[in-house]
Amino acid sequence: MSLLKMEDVRAYYRTEVYGISRSVRAVDGVSMELHKNEIYGVAGESSCGKTTLIKVISGTVKPPLRIESGSIHYNFGAFQMDMRKIDAEEMRQNVRWKEISYVMQGSMSVLNPVRKIIRSFEDIVGTHQGIPDKKAFQEQMRGHVMKLGLPPDVLNLYPHQLSGGMRQRVAIALATVFNPSLIIADEPTTALDVVVQRGVLHMLKDIQAESANTVLLVTHDLAVHANVADRVGIMYAGRIVEEGPTQVIFQAPRHPYTEHLINSLPMIGDKTVKKSLGGAPPNLADPPSGCRFHPRCPLAMDRCRTETPEMIMLSERHRVACHLVEEGRA
Amino acid sequence: MSANEKLLDVDHVTVSFHIGNFLAGGQLVAVNDVTFALYAGKPEIYSIAGESGSGKTTLANVLLHDLEPTEGKVTFEGRDLSTIKSRRDFMKFMSQVQPVFQNPFETFSPLRRVEEYLIETAIQFGRAKNRRDAAKVADEALHQVGLSLAEVSRRYPHELSGGQIQRVSVARALIPNPRLILADEPVSMVDASLRMAIVNLFKKLRDEQKVSVIYITHDLATAYYISDRIAIMLRGVVVESGPVENVLGNPLHPYTQLLQESVPKPAASEREQWAQHIELGSTEVREYGRLGCKYAGRCPHVMDVCKTEVPPEQEVEGRTLRCFLYHDGAMPETAVSVQTGNLETA
Amino acid sequence: MLTVTRDLLKYDGRFRVAFVFLVIIVIMALLTVVSPYDPKKTFMVPQDLPPSLEHPFGTNSRGQDLFWWMAFAVRNSLMLGIICAIVSRIIAIFVGMVAGYRGGVIDRILMSINDSFVVLPVLPILILLSFLLRGKMSLWMLGVLLGLFGWPWDGRLIRSQVLSLKERAFTRTAVYSGTTPLLITMREHLPFVLPVVFATTINNLLWSIGMEVTLSVLGLSDVTLPTIGTAIYRANQHQALVAGVWWWLGAPILIAVLLFLGLYLLFSSVNEFIDPRTRLRRIGA
Repeated sequence: MSLLKMEDVRAYYRTEVYGISRSVRAVDGVSMELHKNEIYGVAGESSCGKTTLIKVISGTVKPPLRIESGSIHYNFGAFQMDMRKIDAEEMRQNVRWKEISYVMQGSMSVLNPVRKIIRSFEDIVGTHQGIPDKKAFQEQMRGHVMKLGLPPDVLNLYPHQLSGGMRQRVAIALATVFNPSLIIADEPTTALDVVVQRGVLHMLKDIQAESANTVLLVTHDLAVHANVADRVGIMYAGRIVEEGPTQVIFQAPRHPYTEHLINSLPMIGDKTVKKSLGGAPPNLADPPSGCRFHPRCPLAMDRCRTETPEMIMLSERHRVACHLVEEGRA
Repeated sequence: MSANEKLLDVDHVTVSFHIGNFLAGGQLVAVNDVTFALYAGKPEIYSIAGESGSGKTTLANVLLHDLEPTEGKVTFEGRDLSTIKSRRDFMKFMSQVQPVFQNPFETFSPLRRVEEYLIETAIQFGRAKNRRDAAKVADEALHQVGLSLAEVSRRYPHELSGGQIQRVSVARALIPNPRLILADEPVSMVDASLRMAIVNLFKKLRDEQKVSVIYITHDLATAYYISDRIAIMLRGVVVESGPVENVLGNPLHPYTQLLQESVPKPAASEREQWAQHIELGSTEVREYGRLGCKYAGRCPHVMDVCKTEVPPEQEVEGRTLRCFLYHDGAMPETAVSVQTGNLETA
Repeated sequence: MLTVTRDLLKYDGRFRVAFVFLVIIVIMALLTVVSPYDPKKTFMVPQDLPPSLEHPFGTNSRGQDLFWWMAFAVRNSLMLGIICAIVSRIIAIFVGMVAGYRGGVIDRILMSINDSFVVLPVLPILILLSFLLRGKMSLWMLGVLLGLFGWPWDGRLIRSQVLSLKERAFTRTAVYSGTTPLLITMREHLPFVLPVVFATTINNLLWSIGMEVTLSVLGLSDVTLPTIGTAIYRANQHQALVAGVWWWLGAPILIAVLLFLGLYLLFSSVNEFIDPRTRLRRIGA
């Protein structure tokens, strides 16, 4: 069952400062589907466009970012939505936080540092629904927070009194207040210690398992995807280059970039030499022609320099955009 | 220096800070009785691994002579660091010990061209007398890290990738021909596809240039990949240290085990262990102030003695360990394994 | 420099306006070289003539052509401002950067001196000094005096910038590259401090010229010297408004407005241009 269907979406930043005009093609032709009851991982390095992809998916596109083309359709069960046509008021009333919510890296964006945690909860719920009975609301929040395994007293503390991991878990509690259909988690554990990361990711997995909703997990850490995601999409320079079930991606990657990422993962117990990739992630304002990976691809052919590869379905759930694979050479 | 002499000798170093204010405050012991040594004849990569708040960066600052230890002594090439006071002495020290910092985009001023730093280093440390010669020295150093002066010439930091800047940073550190490089989380802010280039570079420095590297990190996977030895720090205390195959391959300290298990692993066979649930507490700062073993608050095998006495350092199965479970040769009957990260709440 | 000016002229409206105003002012100041009238002489032209082609700003009750008189006034006021700016910048940068970078005892001493100057009531002290030096207060002396009072705000500002710059990683890189502390302040920190210095210079110009106007209007400076302030003083003395000679007051006020507005708009636009953050956007980061 499809929750979100995106087709050939292009979103660019256009800036003009002192006469220098630039167009950064952060999302350049992305088509993907999010299913209900799954954890979808987006893997990519810095400047691959994943932050912009999140903005597009969550409907927070503001100038200088603009969606140039493509369609974005949601099916929330109770109602459908076209992201490009919906107006801001309806977004706020029916969609934001109720159907789509997010957990960002660092909880600063949702937790007001000068107010107690419970007030942040009040702010969010108040804006999107209204709180007729304060006492009942506080009881509800205590229950919600306890169900997620957090001590209920946390509501009466200030953010700075909590550790980073605890704040992040509170941010997740905040994001799940309305039991949304889609939770977008943007590098939720990147700044956290490995033990805390484990706890936070477990919490996210448990929530997803219980409410059977969708989690979009964006992180550059492939090992995290291996342990958390059901499907993984690899993003490079504004495009998805490979996508498939986690097992398949890790055991039999087809795209040279994916292969490199997986093979170069260091592992405890393994001292074999890992190779690195030459070059650097491309500049999205001036990306390479044809397949954007060709300057760094060890197997690049002439065709790769001029023609953009189309997505090929390798199996029902595994697709790849690579000329080598298309021609059966990899 | 003869082969058996110590290049770097860290002897019972403790660093405490006074926190809080005039009326209500206390001591925070950021580095707690740390001892280890690197040897002149054996260039190695020594990792110091720990979570945030473990004291590893404070220790790095002491080793760079940026901070004075409250107790204990650091000796480099036979000289006690606390006797290095004049600028001349400090320059001599810096020519042997150089840093590589964590954030590539802060390492160099965003308003200056990166090559300026290399040229300055070459001239200040006597490897060149004028700009032209300095440029040659810079080019040589850049070649050692897989770049060239032509590639980075006239570029500002934002025109290079994080991976490239880190390599330039290492090149700059190599110019004075140091014996020791202190790398503080050098790849944590570098993209995954470029990370191994820097990490492999450290290996090359050890093998070909015979430079020792102290590699500070929280990433156990890369630490395993390049280290010879590793020290695991928790709240200022080195709980386990030794050859990395021993410490990470077969961890004995309950904290090291927890860390090792919590690293997410791509291999399918190891995922089940990671999926075991743990409990997290709400505050961790109190662990600093604990008497006795810092891990006593969450150790599943805690005993009464752990709460009151500091476990002494002991050699156990080819590594140094601070844990009462292994005290005086005792070995726990059941394998110390599946963990909970339980913290007693305040 | 030229490309910077050209860029700013092309893209920033504020700069265009500021440029026009200030060019007018500077031209007026430069015209003094070819002035047909000596501003110290009186009764050289018919009195109280309204503005006309022959006398663009009219003439005053003392028989002086106001346009040429104001040209000298502008020149003198600008010179005063510049002297004050130079003196105070030098002190502020020195104090701010040394205190910021060295810290410790030196910082405490310098900041105590700094703060003492901050709390001094400048206007009353200047008024007092003017009384004591009645008539002997030359332009140079006033400029230097104002400079000696005009640095503490900026000193502290620069110091706080240096304090934060000291913590940044690239300062440590410079240390381990062997750079001497003095060079670190100049090469690493100054480029970040410069926008602050520039902004405060313009502020300083505004302040010092404003101070001069205040003192002169009260008749406390050398009133034979033409400045914007003494122009107003003279006009008031001769009760120009009552006598209907409005252009006597109008001319200095117009010039003052042009000067102050021009300086302020210049400050605004160049400050944004020089700011390291927009600078990065321009370089193309």
